[in-house]
Amino acid sequence: MTSSVSIRDLSLNFGAVSVLQHLDLEIADGEFLVLLGASGCGKSTLLNCIAGLLDISDGQIFIKGKNVTWEEPKDRGIGMVFQSYALYPQMTVEKNLSFGLQVAKVPQVEIDKRVARAAEILQIQPLLKRKPAELSGGQRQRVAIGRALVRDVDVFLFDEPLSNLDAKLRSELRVEIKRLHQSLKNTMIYVTHDQIEALTLADRIAVMKGGVIQQLADPMTIYGTPENLFVAGFIGSPSMNFFRGSIGRKDGRPVVDVGGVAFDLSRYPSRAPLKDGQAVVLGVRPEHIRVDEPVEGLVSHPATVEIEEPMGADNLLWLKLAGQPISVRIAGQRRYAPNTPVTLGFDMASASLFDAGTENRL
Amino acid sequence: MANPGSLAITVAGADAVRDELSGPRGRRPQRSFSGRNIMIYGTLLIAALYYLLPLYVMVVTSLKGMPEIRLGNIFSPPVEITFEPWAKAWASACTGLNCDGLSRGFWNSVRITIPSTVISIAIASINGYALANWRFKGSEVFFTILIVGAFIPYQVMIYPIVIVLREMGIYGTLTGLVIVHTIFGMPILTLLFRNYFVSLPEELFKAARIDGAGFWTIYLKIMLPMSLPIFVVAMILQITGIWNDFLFGVVFTRPEYYPMTVQLNNIVNSVQGVKEYNVNMAATILTGAVPLFVYFVSGRLFVRGIAAGAVKG
Ligand SMILES: Nc1ncnc2c1ncn2[C@@H]1O[C@H](COP(=O)(O)OP(=O)(O)OP(=O)(O)O)[C@@H](O)[C@H]1O
Ligand SMILES: [Mg+2]
Repeated sequence: MTSSVSIRDLSLNFGAVSVLQHLDLEIADGEFLVLLGASGCGKSTLLNCIAGLLDISDGQIFIKGKNVTWEEPKDRGIGMVFQSYALYPQMTVEKNLSFGLQVAKVPQVEIDKRVARAAEILQIQPLLKRKPAELSGGQRQRVAIGRALVRDVDVFLFDEPLSNLDAKLRSELRVEIKRLHQSLKNTMIYVTHDQIEALTLADRIAVMKGGVIQQLADPMTIYGTPENLFVAGFIGSPSMNFFRGSIGRKDGRPVVDVGGVAFDLSRYPSRAPLKDGQAVVLGVRPEHIRVDEPVEGLVSHPATVEIEEPMGADNLLWLKLAGQPISVRIAGQRRYAPNTPVTLGFDMASASLFDAGTENRL
Repeated sequence: MANPGSLAITVAGADAVRDELSGPRGRRPQRSFSGRNIMIYGTLLIAALYYLLPLYVMVVTSLKGMPEIRLGNIFSPPVEITFEPWAKAWASACTGLNCDGLSRGFWNSVRITIPSTVISIAIASINGYALANWRFKGSEVFFTILIVGAFIPYQVMIYPIVIVLREMGIYGTLTGLVIVHTIFGMPILTLLFRNYFVSLPEELFKAARIDGAGFWTIYLKIMLPMSLPIFVVAMILQITGIWNDFLFGVVFTRPEYYPMTVQLNNIVNSVQGVKEYNVNMAATILTGAVPLFVYFVSGRLFVRGIAAGAVKG
């Protein structure tokens, strides 16, 4: 697989503030890469560096094997879609789509052809004569995508394109972007802080924090085996349950001792031998805890239901174990009244264990 | 009674039901003579009178002949309307040196105001755009200097500028005055434009750069069409400011190039002969007519510019 975008040792400072430090990233041809992270972690900054809208402090950027570090944005073979749509308000949709091509002095016949094709793909033919102010949010974002589409570029950059839309439209357009990627097979780099978007769209997700990529992997790996405590806590809603404890032994087997409650680790696929007395954080996702289901191999503990949050397909229970609140996801039709005593079964094979000091996965 | 439910209602109950039906409903009535309204309209009326009364006196006086003025009733309307004073003010009033009225000053002022306004707005809008969107080396320093420039009193700079213009050989010419007006308008206009362009979404500028547009294309095709309101504001500021200018007009030009304001002063303050109040009033109104006209016309343009959605995304 050839590399489409390649970022080597990229650093960027705003004056004294260092936003990105020595960042390396290889993006394969036709890949859908999502940059995910909390607000202010440098996602947009990284995207703007790739687009050439920010002058980088150090490092190199290659697109399609060409060193574009000093190239102008228009010469990089990229198209970009912004959160605020950024449509030219005084131009019609058609003019918005063709503006870049006219600047590039593309022949009018070719412009018409490309605009017609983009309008067809995005289903915006009836809107071509309108001004952006006369469009709905979803239609505006379609036009913004169309503007990137007509430029016939290798790489699409999206900066939170759906954040300004309401929930229903967001999920519709999300599917549409995925469909677009499947039919065009372009490389796409997509910035979001919405983990559902990240998990559903991405071939690979790069989880960022403080300008550093914490983990770069496919969605299932990110979700299932997070590399550190930050990634584990960031992905998943409701978030993973964390228990602080220490490694100990019980009946000759390794356990995590959480305030007197022991979690048997013999099924946990640890990467390195665990030391006795080591301070650790145990993480278990809400759906990896069973309620009143005597399945073999689970670590069982008694607990009491505090609150129930029915969500239709799922039912979310909030309980207390060893003084800590836990959330558990069960099937929607199983209901529990508050104060019901239950037995929790923990699926330790799917759990995550982190060192309390380094916060890395064990 | 047909409705069995109503059988149970007692007399008191029926009253309660009627109250409920006849209670407040729909739009709340507005009392037109509330204390608040009297305050507001009273104040507005007094303020309006305060400004309109002098104007009234001027118009009335300018339409009277001298004998009628000597009667001394400045508020009484003219018995015999005459446009003689207006004609005289425009074409034949004496300003000490020559006797061709305000017309010469009017055309001088036009020849000063139009180029000064156009040039200063063109340069300042480009400056403001560059400062807002293209961070170049030293742009911060440049901006600071401009802001400081906006606060330096004019008087301090008059003498140095006289020398500079003299050395350039354009002291006393219209060109010199146009340059002076352009320079002095620059700080405040640049600030005005910079702040406006900064308020436009930055992503629009980024999108245009990705589309391959350069400095001038972005300015002409993207920024200008979105900025009609601020251009109108700048135009009002410049036209009224330059038209009403007196100091620079006296200092930097020769008598044959004096702007209208200076000529008005010379007519009104001329010492020979009797004071012709009617001519003075007419001359004053004529001089003030241009800024007034600009306010009326462009004020409507301004509102229309906003209403047309020129600034909305
Ligand atoms: N022009 C600038 N000058 C100084 N600091 C900046 C500038 N632009 C961004 N930053 C800083 O860089 C950091 C990263 O900003 P960036 O916009 O990339 O965040 P982000 O991950 O896109 O966040 P969000 O999800 O809110 O869009 C932030 O801490 C921000 O304060
Ligand atoms: Mg951002």
